[in-house]
Amino acid sequence: MACFVVPAVEAIVVTVVRKVMEKKEKQPEEVDIVLDGVPEKTHKMPFSGKLKWLTNLLWGGSVLLAFEHVWHGEVVPWFPFLTAASDPADAAEMLHEMATVGVSMAVLVTLVWLAMVGVSSVIEKRALKAEPAKV
Amino acid sequence: MTLLVSVFAAVISTVLWYKNAPKSEMKLGILCWLFWGASLMWLVDAIFEYAELKAAYFAPDPADMLNDLFLGLSVVALALVIWLVILLVKDPKGVVKNALFRKKAG
Repeated sequence: MACFVVPAVEAIVVTVVRKVMEKKEKQPEEVDIVLDGVPEKTHKMPFSGKLKWLTNLLWGGSVLLAFEHVWHGEVVPWFPFLTAASDPADAAEMLHEMATVGVSMAVLVTLVWLAMVGVSSVIEKRALKAEPAKV
Repeated sequence: MTLLVSVFAAVISTVLWYKNAPKSEMKLGILCWLFWGASLMWLVDAIFEYAELKAAYFAPDPADMLNDLFLGLSVVALALVIWLVILLVKDPKGVVKNALFRKKAG
C-alpha cells in the first residue's frame, strides 16, 4: 500500500547525514598499495563513500517500488497521494503494512549494506596486509 | 515474477558493470543500485506474501503472473530510462558536449 515510504524516508535521512559527513570529512587517507603489480598511491574510500552505497540502494529501490504502487493504483498524483489515506480503515491497514513490510525492507537493505561494508573492510585490510608497498 | 525479473536485471547489470570496471563511462553502477535495491525490497514483500499464502504463493493464477511479468518488464524499462537520462546529463564521454559545441576550424 505504501511500504516504500519507509525506505524512502530512510533514504532522505541518510542522504542528509552523508552530505553533512562529506563536509566534515578531512582529506581522504592516503595509502600505498600494489595494484596489478605496480606500487601506487591511492586514497582509501571515506565512510561517506560507503554510506553512498546505502543511499543508492534505498533510493533505487524506493523509486522502482513507487512505480509499482502507481501501477497498482495505490499512489495517485492528487492529494492525499495515497489512495488508502482517504479511508480510515484502509489507512490503518496501510500504517500496519508500513510498520511491518516497510520497516522490514529498510532493515534488510541496511543489513545488506552493513555486510557490504564488512566485506569491503576485510578486502581493504587483506590488500594492505598481503601486498605492502615498498615506500 | 516481478522479483524474478528484477533479480535477473540486477545480476545482468552487475556482470556488465564488473566487465567494464574500473572504467565507468557507461555509468552501469546506476542500474545495479536500482535493481538490487528493488530486488531486496521485493524479496521482503515476497516473504510476507509467502507467510500469508504458504504453498499457494508458488502457484499463482496465469493472469496474475502475466500482469506481474508485464509490471517487471515495465520496471526494467523505467530503470533503463532513468539510467539513460543520468548518463546523458552526466555525459562522461563528452558526446553530448561535443554535439553542442563544435571546434572552430583553423
